[in-house]
Amino acid sequence: MSNPTDNAPVAHSAGAAEESRPSLSALLLDPSFWADWASVVGLVGLVIVFGIAQPVFLSVANLQALLLAAAILVVLSIGQTFVVTTSGIDLSLAAAVMLGAIILGLLNAAGYGIFIACVLAVLATSAIGFLNGLIITAGKIPDFVVTLGTLSGITGLGLILSGGEPTMVGSTFLLKLASGSFGPFGYPVWVAIAAVIVAHITLYHTRFGVHLLATGGQVESAGALGIRTNRVKIAAYTISGFCAGIAAILLVARIGSAEPQINTSLLLNSVAAVVLGGVSLFGGRASILGPAIGALMLTALVNGLTLLNVSAFYQPLAVGAIVVLAALIMRYQK
Amino acid sequence: MSAVSPSSASDAIIACNGLSKHFGGVRAFTDVAFQARRGEVTAVIGDNGAGKSTLIRCLVGVHMPDAGSIVFDGREHPFSNPDGARKAGIETVHQNLALIDELTVAQNLFLNRELVRRIGPFAFLDRKAMKREARSMLSRLSINVPSINQRVRRLSGGQRQAISICRAVGSGAKLVVMDEPTAALGVQETANVEALIRRLREQSVSVILVSHNFDQVRRLSDQIWVMRAGKMAATVRASETSGNELVALVTGAA
Repeated sequence: MSNPTDNAPVAHSAGAAEESRPSLSALLLDPSFWADWASVVGLVGLVIVFGIAQPVFLSVANLQALLLAAAILVVLSIGQTFVVTTSGIDLSLAAAVMLGAIILGLLNAAGYGIFIACVLAVLATSAIGFLNGLIITAGKIPDFVVTLGTLSGITGLGLILSGGEPTMVGSTFLLKLASGSFGPFGYPVWVAIAAVIVAHITLYHTRFGVHLLATGGQVESAGALGIRTNRVKIAAYTISGFCAGIAAILLVARIGSAEPQINTSLLLNSVAAVVLGGVSLFGGRASILGPAIGALMLTALVNGLTLLNVSAFYQPLAVGAIVVLAALIMRYQK
Repeated sequence: MSAVSPSSASDAIIACNGLSKHFGGVRAFTDVAFQARRGEVTAVIGDNGAGKSTLIRCLVGVHMPDAGSIVFDGREHPFSNPDGARKAGIETVHQNLALIDELTVAQNLFLNRELVRRIGPFAFLDRKAMKREARSMLSRLSINVPSINQRVRRLSGGQRQAISICRAVGSGAKLVVMDEPTAALGVQETANVEALIRRLREQSVSVILVSHNFDQVRRLSDQIWVMRAGKMAATVRASETSGNELVALVTGAA
């Protein structure tokens, strides 16, 4: 922390003036600039490369399909961001999506209205998040271990509840949600946009957001100042669970059924999007736009590779390479 | 030796009597009387293990004393934890400073007492007001930082100390407790922080200062309390003592 040789006179730094903005060229030479904007740079790069290699990529129809496909991942990345900001990680995120979907499907099949089914599904996944946070803070167990445990537990619960069978969900509401659109974007895209806006305001314009960053930055210091860091952590996991519930609704709407199968790439990609978005895995630094763009970028990667007729087997390889590359660039973050 | 008698406590911001604390079989201190006057800088000195840190921790609610009374601002036993002490009006400048590296100067100054604007059921941060207030808090104490929008991580040790002190004072605390505020600082930075403490004294902020540095204590404080081997050994006015006398009191050679 304080370095004894660091004798620079305080008065030397001129007045409590406004911050100075570095010039553009200095900015472009600064590796930390690239680290902070990795997801944007990556997205622009991919759009250019795929646009040249396969002009269909840039067609309005494809871009709309791309955004639609990205919506679920964007929502999940936001949930993951809140947890990662507290220096945690939610490995049970994709499992919570699965359980939310199954609960939605079973309730709907049991004759409950689709709205009630959706609300209860979101409540259930939020409760899972709450439980994660409670066990982590009350039991003082590493986030990694707890959410790994709930990942397995929820998977089992999903299989037990569903009997391992998918449940068809034939609902006009969900059908409209999946296929309808308002203006240029489909409804799921609007849901994702709304999630981004609400999350951004929560993070940057509320006391909770500051306390979240403080808790993730230096938990002891935050506690010494009277911030209830355990509550903040539990809230972050609950938000993550809530996002999983929203994602579950979008997923059921998209595929028309509730499958007792975990989409592991959703979990890995949500963490990858957070890393690409410049959020520190050590906590205390966050952004909402970054992970959202990271999620777009990962979706664009898969979309572009598909258009180029690259075998689907290569997609995880490409995602993995990009994530590791992003993590390397992140080392230059200030 | 109970050379210390608590005098008229009317002008005392905090006063304690018969205070004892032990951890298991280890006595931290016994039967300690201590008081700090309003608007003065009160120093507590003593050798390592003399009990001064534990005493301070009792005063700010981190530890509960086993016996004895604490009267703060006219109220007896006013709090039972650090949060309660804060609410009662005691701000501590922690040795580790309790700053959040990744937050800005302004955010740190207002951490956990952020200013908000209410719009319907929602409360949003009033960032403009906080920045404005932060600037005036810093300028009132003549603290210079490059920018209030700067992350604290990039400040020097002395600047961090200054921010931490500014936060404590700016909260409207009735008493500011500083534990070794210059322990980790270089010469120039120590001078800056000492100047800041002197300004607090000019502005009649009540301060309790724990220090190892006898010269610093004589320069900065009004009243000096000396602890030795878990007892309050003596108290002297800073203006009426010498470095040699303080050394003698701390070591027990007097």
